[in-house]
Amino acid sequence: MSLALLFQYLVAGITYGTIYAIVAIGFNIIYNATGIINFAQGEFVMLGGMIGVTLRALLPMPVAIAGAVIATMLVGALIEMLFIRWLRRPSVLRLIIITIGLSIAIRELALLLWGEGVRALPYFTGTAVTSLSVGDVHISPQVLWVLGISAVMVAALNFFFARTLLGRQMRACACNREAAQLCGISAKNMVTLSFVLSAGIGALAGCVISPITYVQYDSGSSLALKGFTVAILGGLGNSMAAVAAGLLLGTLESFSIWVMPAAYKDVIAISILLLILFVRPSGLFGNAEAARLKDY
Amino acid sequence: MGRRRNLPIVALAMAVIAVQLLTAAAGKPQYLTQLTMAGYYSLVIVGLTLLMGYTGQISLGHAGFFAIGGYTSGLLTTYNLHPLIGQIPVSILQACGLLVSGKDLYGADLLVVRPWAACVVALLVTIGIAYLVGKPVLKLKGHYLAMATLGFGTIVYKVVLGSSLVGAADGISDIPAFPLFAGLVVTGKSALRAQNYYVAWGLVLGAMALLTNLIRSRVGRALRAIHGAEDAANAMGVDTGRYKLQMFVLSAALAALGGVFLTHYNGGIGPSEASVMKSVRYVAIVAVGGMANLWGALFMGVLLNFLSLRGSFGSYDDAVFGLILLAIMLFAPDGLLRAEFARRLPGLRRGQKAAP
Repeated sequence: MSLALLFQYLVAGITYGTIYAIVAIGFNIIYNATGIINFAQGEFVMLGGMIGVTLRALLPMPVAIAGAVIATMLVGALIEMLFIRWLRRPSVLRLIIITIGLSIAIRELALLLWGEGVRALPYFTGTAVTSLSVGDVHISPQVLWVLGISAVMVAALNFFFARTLLGRQMRACACNREAAQLCGISAKNMVTLSFVLSAGIGALAGCVISPITYVQYDSGSSLALKGFTVAILGGLGNSMAAVAAGLLLGTLESFSIWVMPAAYKDVIAISILLLILFVRPSGLFGNAEAARLKDY
Repeated sequence: MGRRRNLPIVALAMAVIAVQLLTAAAGKPQYLTQLTMAGYYSLVIVGLTLLMGYTGQISLGHAGFFAIGGYTSGLLTTYNLHPLIGQIPVSILQACGLLVSGKDLYGADLLVVRPWAACVVALLVTIGIAYLVGKPVLKLKGHYLAMATLGFGTIVYKVVLGSSLVGAADGISDIPAFPLFAGLVVTGKSALRAQNYYVAWGLVLGAMALLTNLIRSRVGRALRAIHGAEDAANAMGVDTGRYKLQMFVLSAALAALGGVFLTHYNGGIGPSEASVMKSVRYVAIVAVGGMANLWGALFMGVLLNFLSLRGSFGSYDDAVFGLILLAIMLFAPDGLLRAEFARRLPGLRRGQKAAP
């Protein structure tokens, strides 16, 4: 095994891992606000990619992507307002099944609108064969776009949650809903906002990754499972740990091709999910003491 | 008392006979094919009702158990051992009478496992896997349990889809008929349609008799206690872990039984039987049937599977089940066919809060 090939796999792993991390952060934002695992999270990524490709036919690329992100955010808001907001003290089982139902509904709607075809945005710079060479390692410029935009997204989210009033209100609700409401924060609106935010980052991720992975009406579900694995691996609710966990899973998956046929790539991720759920459900970076107080 | 208890089972048996006579009288015996298949799917559904409705444990991986049963039996009854004749393991199996020889479509020699032996192995394999998976998985709750079972189902799907041994995306075809006893054969031949309808529904009757008696027993009361409040049940001395595992394994075995019989009936099985959408469909039917309502789940299972198999939903098949799931959970989370729901309706209309 040459060193160049090793790096090549590493680059591929990091690229995929970044996207998994973004999906995981989407899971975490909604989980922190509501305690819900949104099984339709992957569908936001798919919708972003699909709407982006459709708008690209009419508009310049940056506008098309912005449009896709905004449209998906609206879908996120609509979902929360129509299906979640008015439920009174819903059980976990009920919420799980509702979000599963939503993911199927979105997927089938996408099938109806866009058909079974595989689509992709064009490469942001250059073409599919353009590559930057660093020594013997070839890197597609799109990989740099994925990493760059993801990094900006994570930094922006961090700023939003740490510095802005709205972000702090969301965090307050996540910490203690009743106390936040006593301070005049509308917990319900914060929940809607969490769906909007989560849909938005999912859609943006869907746009930047689509030139590499392509997008299809059913590409959401496998991403959701990977994203959930990463969220669990990092410890549910912990977005910074999700980034590390995402890179770890992406790299592991990428190198798994050495020992197993590529058809079993997804099996690796899911096996890791099961293993971590069995052994350490608080996640790799979670606090075992705090975990003891929680119900898994 | 004993006689009245089993009244619903007798009523079901009579309904099964009545439906067969009706289809014969109406000159539509082809409906029996879908009713047979719906019967085998019902085995999965009543098993899942026991697990979800009565024990309160969700499983998004039951299509996986169905597929493990079907694929194991399908593989064993089609995998040609003829080139291995003379090797010790094959000789032992032959000496035990577990193998049967024949000719394939092109006249080449074929030596495969007997269907009944394959069926037993398929059930044992499923029970083993369910035990190994269930033991750690059932310690989890809520989202974690849902995701873990979903993960298990996805692994089964990806493995059958990616393994050339079981035909990858094409699945296994040309699976032989399954001769039972007294001349009964599980096969899709249209001449044996009525016979196969009774075999399928005989199994459903057996499963219903087992499950309805189980939920009325001490075990059933323990399960309801677990569903109501697991910690409280534990404190009262109910071995919650053991009961949950037993019910998980039992429901997996029922799913595998349905898988084995349907595979021999259809003469083939493909990866779509293991897909997550199939698992979600089973959950949807249990939910529509009323969660903790075996008869409701059986009725909705037959109705929806029959319509789906007849192609009534066209290309919107998955969408229909997704929307059913969504609508039920939004508006009637305790299920549609539930006595309490009907009783609560007038109260709801007056704006009263229903008793829990």
